[in-house]
Amino acid sequence: MEKQEQVSNGQAEMHGQPEMHGQPAKTPLYEAHVAAGGKIVDFHGWLLPVQYGGILKEHENVRTKAGLFDVSHMGEIEVNGEDALGFLQQMLTNDIDVKPGKAVYSPMCYPDGGTVDDLIVYKLKDTDYLLVVNAANAAKDFEWLKGNKRGRLTVTDRSSEFAQLALQGPESLTILRQLMSDDPDQLKYYHYTTETSVGSMRVFVSRSGYTGEDGFEIYCRPEDAVRLWDMLIEKGRPYGLEPAGLGARDTLRLESAMPLYGQELSEVITPVMAGLQRFIKPEKGDFNGRKPLLEQLQGDLESRIAGFEMVDRAVPRSGYEVYRSGQCIGHVTSGGFFPTLKKNMGLALIGGETSNTEAGGTIEVKVRDTLYSARIVDLPFYKRNRTR
Amino acid sequence: MKTYQGTKFTKEHEWARADGGKVYIGISDYAQHAMGDIVFVELPRVGKKLKAGEQTSVVESVKTASDIYSPVSGTIAEVNEALNDSPEQLNAEPYENWIAVLEADDLSELDKLMNEQQYADFCAKEG
Repeated sequence: MEKQEQVSNGQAEMHGQPEMHGQPAKTPLYEAHVAAGGKIVDFHGWLLPVQYGGILKEHENVRTKAGLFDVSHMGEIEVNGEDALGFLQQMLTNDIDVKPGKAVYSPMCYPDGGTVDDLIVYKLKDTDYLLVVNAANAAKDFEWLKGNKRGRLTVTDRSSEFAQLALQGPESLTILRQLMSDDPDQLKYYHYTTETSVGSMRVFVSRSGYTGEDGFEIYCRPEDAVRLWDMLIEKGRPYGLEPAGLGARDTLRLESAMPLYGQELSEVITPVMAGLQRFIKPEKGDFNGRKPLLEQLQGDLESRIAGFEMVDRAVPRSGYEVYRSGQCIGHVTSGGFFPTLKKNMGLALIGGETSNTEAGGTIEVKVRDTLYSARIVDLPFYKRNRTR
Repeated sequence: MKTYQGTKFTKEHEWARADGGKVYIGISDYAQHAMGDIVFVELPRVGKKLKAGEQTSVVESVKTASDIYSPVSGTIAEVNEALNDSPEQLNAEPYENWIAVLEADDLSELDKLMNEQQYADFCAKEG
């Protein structure tokens, strides 16, 4: 056997800030992952577990019970000052003028509408904002924000001051209730609190995630990460909590059709092309990329991300070409076997006629020089049943 | 690890086992472990002629697609259709589940491959 060369669109070549002198970085939980049998890979300069027991098992466990992810590689950037709000409103496409306690997901764009990154903003105070950014983009984002600084504010890279654990899955609430000083159910989806503790550790808890399930993202001091991890696993085990790796994180987010920067978003893939219209707020005033994004919102779109399901037997993967009527109309951005839906599916960036991306339409995916039939489907592929 | 007497191995982690003039081929336990959860097997066409070392099929796991090479030269006589519905069998029992059977051109090609002990040593070095 020999691993086929990964067809990719450049994402694999990008590296985050931690890889200095060719040495990949370790999160505070590295030894714990190794001890737990984690299969370690270099992910954008970070040594992280791709899986423990197996991706399919971990994926299903998050869908049906709960999984714990180490996402300490994510970057944290703080923006403070009396002009911080105005500055971030200019840098981000979503409206972040919200009450403290509410988290906001937002793309960050270049003036031409291309995407710098997608991130979460936590408004701590009118003058203080914490941005949680992709690990692969952390250094780039920091430079971009610093380089575009206007007015009275400071931009600080706080990545080394945080570890982050993501507790995800339907049992997350029950598990966190055992440990958190306040009732975590007081947090609605995309809300957070900085005024709480787990065990005796001060933490910052956000009800959010990247799996399509209910869940919490817990930020702590790096020195508390191992204790927090152990405590969650111990209290969570009776409810089925198991560690989960980057492999399951990717299949879970893809099945829920959540974009991954470098695949569904990039310097040339705008948030409108990626279907993120509801995170672009032209009514809030000016922001980077407003004009080109507005034009795209009004229909001037040369290509867009669409979901598809293979009709023929083949596994679609990132980089594979997409055809219609003998013409190459785009490429697969993410794809594979979807564990919960048990189908070969994917997302593709497709150009040409709007009808090329209408649900029910037929396309072909080129897998190893052969065209295989596929069908455009509505997004998301998977949506959980919300009981609350 | 239970294999079968006379099973031979390639450096690319395929196994081959002769039964009369026919040679059964599959992937080793080391290979299935390295790939992770297998979700798809692209089987070769029956009647296809192959030289030793030529690609015979593709095994896809959740994360990767891996080329599988034929350990010997010959003609594909049969493929394991059961893998279409349950590719995970290659994870569960890699030595019970063959991918294809070849009508071998020259059985002496098997002599060039590693035996079970040599292969175990080889894998230990690969880590």
